[in-house]
Amino acid sequence: MPLAPFTPDQVQRYARHLILPEVGGAGQRKLLNTSVLLLGAGGLGSPAALYLAAAGVGRLGIVDFDDVDASNLQRQILHGVADLGRPKVDSAEEAIRAINPDVEVVKHSLHLNSENALDVFRPYDVIVDGTDNFPTRYLSNDAAFFRAKPLVHGAIFRFEGQMTMFEAAKGTGCYRCLFPTPPPPGAVASCAEAGVFGVLPGIIGSMMAFETIKLVLGIGETLVGRLLIFEGYDMSFRRVNLRRDPRCPLCGDEPSVKGLIDYENFCGVTAAEPSVSLAPAELAAR
Amino acid sequence: MPQFRIPGPLRNLSGGQPVVEVQAEDLRGAIDALDGLHPGFRGRLLDDQGEPREFVNLFLNEDDVRLGDGLASKLKATDEIAIVPAVAGGA
Repeated sequence: MPLAPFTPDQVQRYARHLILPEVGGAGQRKLLNTSVLLLGAGGLGSPAALYLAAAGVGRLGIVDFDDVDASNLQRQILHGVADLGRPKVDSAEEAIRAINPDVEVVKHSLHLNSENALDVFRPYDVIVDGTDNFPTRYLSNDAAFFRAKPLVHGAIFRFEGQMTMFEAAKGTGCYRCLFPTPPPPGAVASCAEAGVFGVLPGIIGSMMAFETIKLVLGIGETLVGRLLIFEGYDMSFRRVNLRRDPRCPLCGDEPSVKGLIDYENFCGVTAAEPSVSLAPAELAAR
Repeated sequence: MPQFRIPGPLRNLSGGQPVVEVQAEDLRGAIDALDGLHPGFRGRLLDDQGEPREFVNLFLNEDDVRLGDGLASKLKATDEIAIVPAVAGGA
């Protein structure tokens, strides 16, 4: 079947992509035919959604069950003052449509859990994880593995960010290979308590969009197999190598995790607050 | 001397220093030396059995020590040990 030509509006909109040899017409078509699921329309999800939409990713799914709060506006640039109290998926949809009406937005106003994750992930090509708690991190890791979907991972705390990409079903290793177990109950501090520098998710979330687009286009070297660590306080980027752990219970040689589990029980915390591993003594000192 | 890269969440233990140099021949010795200079690191990096915690990773130069020689990893003067804690924030 012949491909539909770009419309005059699309030629104008994507002109800077179309003249890039690494994208071109074929690459832009790939983007328009790609679907990406964003987990979270918050700090990381906001810039990721806006750049993916601007780039012409054809379908963007957004998972979020929160309403917009005034404390979000310091960094969650999908949302504005007029959106206070509204569901984030609604304000996200409007912000995306305002940038690019080519994009189909699919709203998933739900709490991602073991019962729904595999169904939610199924129709998407790439999963972008901008969630804010350990249970959902492990859930999205496992669900992406079972669905054989690439998982773009970003995480932030105060002035620091981490980013990588897992294609665990292809043997690249997974989040469990990196962190086999979550911090124990009581050993987590929330970003709400510890703070987060507002521009930080803009940097990490933008790079998540960058890597997603590279993956779709098949250009350059992605972060598969490497963890990028950004330290904003001294503006340093570091990369370390990630490998599949043969002992990994999910993607190792003798897996014991053969389906989605109870992640809140696994982590011993409720899926509510963004967190970083801290010792109980340090928490007590805060 | 080998040096540790201290992540932001743990810099309160190192007096705010992002880098701490230690005199040691292997990684276990380096952690002991780090804890000697700045008490509290051993408990953050190792569990009650003296093994690396699974939610705070140690990378020797660019490689995860858990997938290599672990705490027995030999150190050279130019080696860098990055402490990488699990971080889950995103909102």
